[in-house]
Amino acid sequence: MKRSVITLVSTLALMAVPVAAETVAITGGKVVVGDGSAPMDGATVVIRDGRVVAAGTNVTIPANARRIDAAGKWVTPGIFAGFSRVGLVEVGAVRATNDTNATDSVFSAALDVQYAVNPFAAAVAVNRAAGVTRAVVSPSTAKSIFGGFGAIVDLGEDSNPITKARAFQFVELGETGHRRAGGSRSAAHILFRAMLNEARTYSRSPSLFDSDLMKASDAKALLPVINGSTRLLVHVESANDILKVLDLRKDFPSLKLVLVGANEGWRVASEIAAAKVPVLASALSDLPYSFEDLSATQSNIGRMKRAGVNVAIGMINDRDAHQLRYSMQYAGNLVALNKVPRATGLSWDEAFAAISSKPAEIMGMGGQLGSLKAGRKGDVVIWTGDPLELSTQVESVFIDGVEQSLSNRQERLRERYRNPAPGALPKAYDR
Amino acid sequence: MELKDLLAVVAAGALVTGCAATAAETETASASTSSSNKRSASPAFPSTYKAYGSDNIVITGATIFDGEGQRFDNGVIFMSAGKIVSVGGPDTAIPTDSTIIDGTGKYVTPGIIDVHSHLGDYPTPSVAAHSDGNEATSPVTPEVWAEHSVWPQDPGFSRAMANGGITSLQILPGSANLFGGRAVTLKNVPARTVQAMKFPGAPYGMKMACGENPKRVYGGRNRKPATRMGSISLTRQTWINAQEYRKKRNGAKPPKRDLAMETLAGVLDGDILVHNHCYRADELNQIIDMSKEFGYKVTAFHHAVESYKIADILAKEEICSAIWADWWGFKMEAYDAIPENAALLQQAGACVIIHSDDENQIQRLNQEASKALADGRAMGIEISDAQAIQWITYNPAKAMGIADQTGSLKPGKMADVVLWNDNPLSVYARPDKVWIDGAMLFDASDERRRPVSDFELGQPGEGDVK
Repeated sequence: MKRSVITLVSTLALMAVPVAAETVAITGGKVVVGDGSAPMDGATVVIRDGRVVAAGTNVTIPANARRIDAAGKWVTPGIFAGFSRVGLVEVGAVRATNDTNATDSVFSAALDVQYAVNPFAAAVAVNRAAGVTRAVVSPSTAKSIFGGFGAIVDLGEDSNPITKARAFQFVELGETGHRRAGGSRSAAHILFRAMLNEARTYSRSPSLFDSDLMKASDAKALLPVINGSTRLLVHVESANDILKVLDLRKDFPSLKLVLVGANEGWRVASEIAAAKVPVLASALSDLPYSFEDLSATQSNIGRMKRAGVNVAIGMINDRDAHQLRYSMQYAGNLVALNKVPRATGLSWDEAFAAISSKPAEIMGMGGQLGSLKAGRKGDVVIWTGDPLELSTQVESVFIDGVEQSLSNRQERLRERYRNPAPGALPKAYDR
Repeated sequence: MELKDLLAVVAAGALVTGCAATAAETETASASTSSSNKRSASPAFPSTYKAYGSDNIVITGATIFDGEGQRFDNGVIFMSAGKIVSVGGPDTAIPTDSTIIDGTGKYVTPGIIDVHSHLGDYPTPSVAAHSDGNEATSPVTPEVWAEHSVWPQDPGFSRAMANGGITSLQILPGSANLFGGRAVTLKNVPARTVQAMKFPGAPYGMKMACGENPKRVYGGRNRKPATRMGSISLTRQTWINAQEYRKKRNGAKPPKRDLAMETLAGVLDGDILVHNHCYRADELNQIIDMSKEFGYKVTAFHHAVESYKIADILAKEEICSAIWADWWGFKMEAYDAIPENAALLQQAGACVIIHSDDENQIQRLNQEASKALADGRAMGIEISDAQAIQWITYNPAKAMGIADQTGSLKPGKMADVVLWNDNPLSVYARPDKVWIDGAMLFDASDERRRPVSDFELGQPGEGDVK
């Protein structure tokens, strides 16, 4: 496999447009479109100008296309991590490398991860090599219930990771919200309402804004949340907290809500479905980690799906900066539930969609990302087998139609220590 | 399992919970208890575990991994009176007066064993009132015993059985301290008391820790150890004290009982197994030299994410590495972790154990072993499926000093057995049935054969599939 080599200079010059994108035809593989449809055997995927041109069994291959024989392989859209902190953390416990929240900032809703996401973080390369190509990147919270703006990113090796900046605002309204707001859920909900009302005041006369509650920048940041032009991702776990979030639209009817976590979502699945609020849910949470998680079960996603909820897999607070590569394993586990009596899982096709097209759709980018339908960005992965199976390896990754390097620190360390004893010179000379 | 908890701990410094970023490991249990028995009139807090009822069970037609690297296709296993009677291929004799279970298309393994768990001492719900894994009031606390913190009603025990096939596990103190205290080995059987879970005859382990956690916890209070050199010096001085105690104890006028020294002397006697939380290769080597200075053996290094850098040394010293498949990056000393760690150790002939240190991943140690196997094969290291199963059965049993009783499907051993509905190295596999000492304590198709802890009784989701 030939990997594209892009110099830093050219990358900087070409940030937004994937000029290195080739015309590629990946032929003969088992192709998964990612939209919940069944895999197609012996199918072809064509990428051109950074986009998917076609995926199917009756596809015309452009004459100038580089052909990649994928017979015996699986070909899928890149994995879309439905909730993560990738690129915000190099080493979790090394505070200076951890940009998930700002414990001493005077700002909250105005904070914006687009300035912090580091495309050269080791975790970006490690997860890219595992087949993850896009991710929702969210801040966490510190002194306020609001964490700030999150983004949609790609995990490409170029220097511009941002697919969509200010894609959403993040807020905590469960036990963490209780803590952030000063010690009760009442405090969290009154703070939420008060801050949104202050934002309305700000919008009427920004220059006169003077609030004991918040900075003008935070007020300004909440305006697109109030009018529904920016999604509001709300982290809650308990059934009751979920219902109270759904009720927020009585006071703020335009809120474009997305639930995050939702360990007890299955208990109020019909209400979530009726409210048409999508969910980025944890897949394998099945313990009462806290009292907000009492009825957590791995069947949560399957049961919500059966009740008509629009649900994808996210992994809030679950190694969400380093292990996006767990997405495939988690989806596979939901398929495993189908053989467990009384459990509710997802079909294989649904499970793959939950880590590809579904998160893209929930974030409002289903027309651009998350599947191999014509016109989607050319994020394609070639696998040695079933991508949800533990024994499967990644062979090639394309992002925006550009074949990516799969090299990373872990691979380099592995090669240095393939034989642990030093040779003629110390290990430091082995590269 | 949650990053928020890890980071909260880091931020709080002194407030330590049981996860890897803070303070969670070290202990092992070695086998012999004879010498300690001579010294104390009766064992303290003795096991009251009794096996539950068992039938004569035969499973036929299954693929069997015996836990010691053997595989039988279309195999037969016979259990009776709580013990394994016979295991073999399709020609194995089938007794007549037995319940026969058709295992066609299914797989059998020994009960899965986790050498590193905090179920019970950091139970869920993870509220502050349940934070019982680190006696973080002094860096040297060999006198504390994890079993005195274990809450038998932790719902995590039942999940570990039903989803992970866990039948035995070692509960360790955390890693805030250089000497964290004694670990306890349990059978994963629901009980009213910890004593009724204690693995009969299992040796004790002792948890030790090196690296970031002790120095963060105590350095943050301007106490020793604030540095790695401070940690080693305090640890050595403690061993010197233990040697003196042991000498006096063996003399004409034994000293007054001292709980801390009893544990340390037990290690020097070879009765208590050392489980040492330690990440970096250079630090593993420091610990090895310290153990030689004082004449004790490290049974297993836990969380040893850099073992692969000194796999040859660990093979020579015959020290197990109890490791995750792929955790990395959560703290500085975990920055060089690689997913091929297990395979590189296996290639070097070193002992590999896949452990959890996590109430969620303990439910799929089989999957973690499978990932580590796949990453090894991808770099060209040949490892059999059966060898990977050994990483979560026989090898942890050996490191806990119970391999003569469980950990593999050998005649005469405890009938701790899992029947899987698919290959346990597949993501699509789950336990179908779990036997502990021949008693069927989990059956996926019988909702009454699923333990429900007191905590979950009368709560939403009681008895759910989880």
